Amino acid sequence: MSPYATSLIAIVKREALRFIHQRERFVAALVRPLVWFMVFAAGFRAALGLSIIPPYQTYITYETYIVPGLCGMILLFNGMQSSLSLVYDREMGSMKLLLTSPLPRWWLLFCRLIGSTSISILQVYTFLAIAAVFGVTMPLAGYFMALPAFIIAGVMLGALGLLLSSFIKQLENFAGVMNFVIFPMFFLSSALYPLWKMAESSQLLYTICALNPFTHAVELIRFALYLSFNGTALIWALLAATVFTLAALWGYKPARTGAGKKR
Amino acid sequence: MNGLSVSNLSFSYGTKPALQGVSFEVPAGHFCALLGPNGAGKSTLFALLTRLLTSPSGDIHIAGHALSKTPRAALAKLGIVFQQTTLDLDLSVRQNLNYFAALHGISGRDATRRIDAALDKLAMLERAGEKARNLNGGHRRRAEIARALVHDPAVLLLDEPTVGLDAAARAAITEHVHRLSDEGTTVLWATHLSDEVGPDDQLVILHRARVLVKGTCGDICGATPLAEKFLTLTASTA
Repeated sequence: MSPYATSLIAIVKREALRFIHQRERFVAALVRPLVWFMVFAAGFRAALGLSIIPPYQTYITYETYIVPGLCGMILLFNGMQSSLSLVYDREMGSMKLLLTSPLPRWWLLFCRLIGSTSISILQVYTFLAIAAVFGVTMPLAGYFMALPAFIIAGVMLGALGLLLSSFIKQLENFAGVMNFVIFPMFFLSSALYPLWKMAESSQLLYTICALNPFTHAVELIRFALYLSFNGTALIWALLAATVFTLAALWGYKPARTGAGKKR
Repeated sequence: MNGLSVSNLSFSYGTKPALQGVSFEVPAGHFCALLGPNGAGKSTLFALLTRLLTSPSGDIHIAGHALSKTPRAALAKLGIVFQQTTLDLDLSVRQNLNYFAALHGISGRDATRRIDAALDKLAMLERAGEKARNLNGGHRRRAEIARALVHDPAVLLLDEPTVGLDAAARAAITEHVHRLSDEGTTVLWATHLSDEVGPDDQLVILHRARVLVKGTCGDICGATPLAEKFLTLTASTA
């Protein structure tokens, strides 16, 4: 087997093992979107009237509307979680093992990205299965069509996590990531409300939402789940994924990892 | 040259110099102790040797490969034991070594054979199935040294590998690694404990970012115990 394939399998397997060893993490990662789905959506259902907007062809309940957004939420939180574990790995030293391997660094980091994205997607499908039990279903083919969208969104958000981890020097700084990255990204997007609703209240916020790559990740997922294609969202998400990945690889260059870092 | 060679290596964190014009060589199959007080620049030197950091000035050759020009060929010849434990504590010893082997592109039967041989060398074979978390400090270290040998490196770097171990475990590990150098591996062993260095070992004393003295331990110390000599040397330049 080629060294590249060998390392990819090993890194993905390690991520999977790590995940199995932390079953609480799996439950926690599922509880978060489920709380939104069952509690928040139930409360908001009455308050929020939704008109028919693509890709939907009929009136939908609020629960139905937020399911794609909550899939995005799982990918977003997992991307940040893997960033946290990278910072932890660096503090604990096991990151050094990866960075001193003779295989190219970009490849090893890319393997990590694939590993964490695979775990995220597993969680997304578990969530969709639970949502289906509670009556929110998509066309059967939509579940398959959405897989490439999950991969693109997962890689995009994982790469963002990777990028952040190259700049965060200490675990303690991670709370800042929650406040300044996760929450704004999630709330300034189309995950919880359609953008035209946002435009009604503030044009500025609407513009920010429309530029937010997370919005496009969510829309890509939403359209794919209903067997439609959203070219704009695809281009934006791919572009963001590429930019985040390149920036993250730059962030992990050997000359940069230590420069300015006094030990 | 097949061992390790460092020439004119400098590095600074901002304006604070961490290494200045450091040069030394470890011939193939020799054990070289890198001795220095805390803050002398040992950790920076290790980060540069392992390419966690890079420096624009100076050269590092590992088993004949220039680290700056052919980093992957050089890293493939390098075995590293970091100061901090880098074992995944939830995995067994064998799983840890398998993961490492894969990072070097080694898999399947070849990996199993190499892992068995490396564990055997460190007398750790019977513990292969144990979770790293259940091992004591000395055995964790031995597992890490075995791991660093899986890809048959020409040069082995150890950064203060005996920190936090009791006297018996320290002695056992020091002896194991000396035996590795007798078998042909070039060893660079960073420490601040002078009793880990034998009279025939090579010695490089690093102090305040510079090489203070280098040579054979016996030649440098003569009849004076190394601990005493070390204190005199580092005190006279303080």
